[in-house]
Amino acid sequence: MVGGDVIQADRPYIQQAFSKAPEIRIEQLAFGYTEPLLFEDFAFTIAAGQCTCLLGPSGCGKSTLLRIIAGSLTRGVSGRIQFAGHNRVRGRIAWMAQKDLLLPWLTVLDNVLLGARLRCTTGPDLRQRALELLESVGLGDHSQAFPASLSGGMRQRTALLRTLMEERPVILMDEPFSALDALTRLKLQNLAARLVKGSTVLLVTHDPWEALRLGHRIFIMKERPVRLSRVFIPPGTPPRPPDLEMITPMYAQLLAQLVEKGN
Amino acid sequence: MHLPRVGIIAIGLILLWQVVVWITQVPPYILPAPQSVILALLGHVPELFYHAGITLFEIVAGLAIGTLFGAGSALLMMISRGIKHWLMPVLVISQAIPVFALAPLLVLWFGYGMASKIAMAVLIIFFPVTAAFYDGLRRTEPQLVELAQVMDAQPYAILLQIRMPAALPALASGLRVATAVAPIGAVVGEWVGSSAGLGFYMLHANARMQIDMMFAALALLTVMALILYFIIDAGLRRLVFWQSE
Repeated sequence: MVGGDVIQADRPYIQQAFSKAPEIRIEQLAFGYTEPLLFEDFAFTIAAGQCTCLLGPSGCGKSTLLRIIAGSLTRGVSGRIQFAGHNRVRGRIAWMAQKDLLLPWLTVLDNVLLGARLRCTTGPDLRQRALELLESVGLGDHSQAFPASLSGGMRQRTALLRTLMEERPVILMDEPFSALDALTRLKLQNLAARLVKGSTVLLVTHDPWEALRLGHRIFIMKERPVRLSRVFIPPGTPPRPPDLEMITPMYAQLLAQLVEKGN
Repeated sequence: MHLPRVGIIAIGLILLWQVVVWITQVPPYILPAPQSVILALLGHVPELFYHAGITLFEIVAGLAIGTLFGAGSALLMMISRGIKHWLMPVLVISQAIPVFALAPLLVLWFGYGMASKIAMAVLIIFFPVTAAFYDGLRRTEPQLVELAQVMDAQPYAILLQIRMPAALPALASGLRVATAVAPIGAVVGEWVGSSAGLGFYMLHANARMQIDMMFAALALLTVMALILYFIIDAGLRRLVFWQSE
């Protein structure tokens, strides 16, 4: 179940984190400011070492769920979230948002090292790793550039590397590619699928194609209170090529469900 | 820097001034012609520059101390909600009192020397700097702060590495306002009570009906304030290089 054995040879340092990729179990989650509550008695298990996609329209509570799992949103939240049987969230999660959130006053390299900089743990070997990662995604020549000089795709690649540099077993992704053009999105999806393989990934998106390309398991979210559809398990392994015929029927199913839930 | 444009505007204004003097034939003790002001300026260079140096020192010292106090207060208010609740009313009250009305008091407390003028400049720039920086600190993109929290950053690291740099553009706006108003504080302080500085020199010249000298001091003050503004503006642009025009 745990995908710790599928490690890219070029990232041996993430091995330890991946081998511990935990299952995330959410039970009796309740949250909301007004009745009906957004989450009420919500239960969900996120499979270890796999990419789980949550599909739903904007404003259905996808991002809120991510923030609750990450511990960014705690006020008014009740319930239990466990990482492989532990409550401790600290040090386990990396986060990637729709906005790249690059700090404009830091170089690309320093942005990739942001977590270590914030924890005052940067060192020559970490810098070396960051440079190698940048090199591997074609940003080697831009390590000393500032984000303002990068294209949208390059910025999001930098944000992806910043997420990976955290070496966390759980990666939460909040529509990370939705602001990109179609071609750049396709390339980045491939890159992300390759780089996060083995981690427990929860990716929320409103794009069924993205879910079908990247997800091991896909759920559709219905709001107020949030409920999940049955699980969709696309054939093959991510990243699935966009022209894979087998996923076309599932695309139609997902779309039909989304339209139905949207009404 | 728009120096050529500033030069053209300055020359245009001087020409307009000359035309007004020609047309109205106004007596020189009301409005001296530009050339007599330039002659007065050239004839008293050492004297004028001595006084200009003193005023410049008061302005720069006022700016430095005011910025330090203002930025420090903003940081304190950001760090502690308790401090914010007590400091905010003090700030608002300090703005309700006209600073110029305090000038005689400041001269009484800090004497005729530079200290009272520096205090005046500090008082006048303290609020714009504090308000701008605090606003910048507070309005840091919440997602950036959340990202840092997920990265297990300590609150001080978030303040130092995220909020403070993110608030620099706002602080820069506050500093630009401060640079523009600091000379007012210094000169008003000199008017109330002093023995040196361009404000003192202007009053002195006025009392002796040396209106051309008064205008010369005023012109020097203007040029000095403009140069200071351009230097600080250029420095700030370098500091917040990521902020687009």
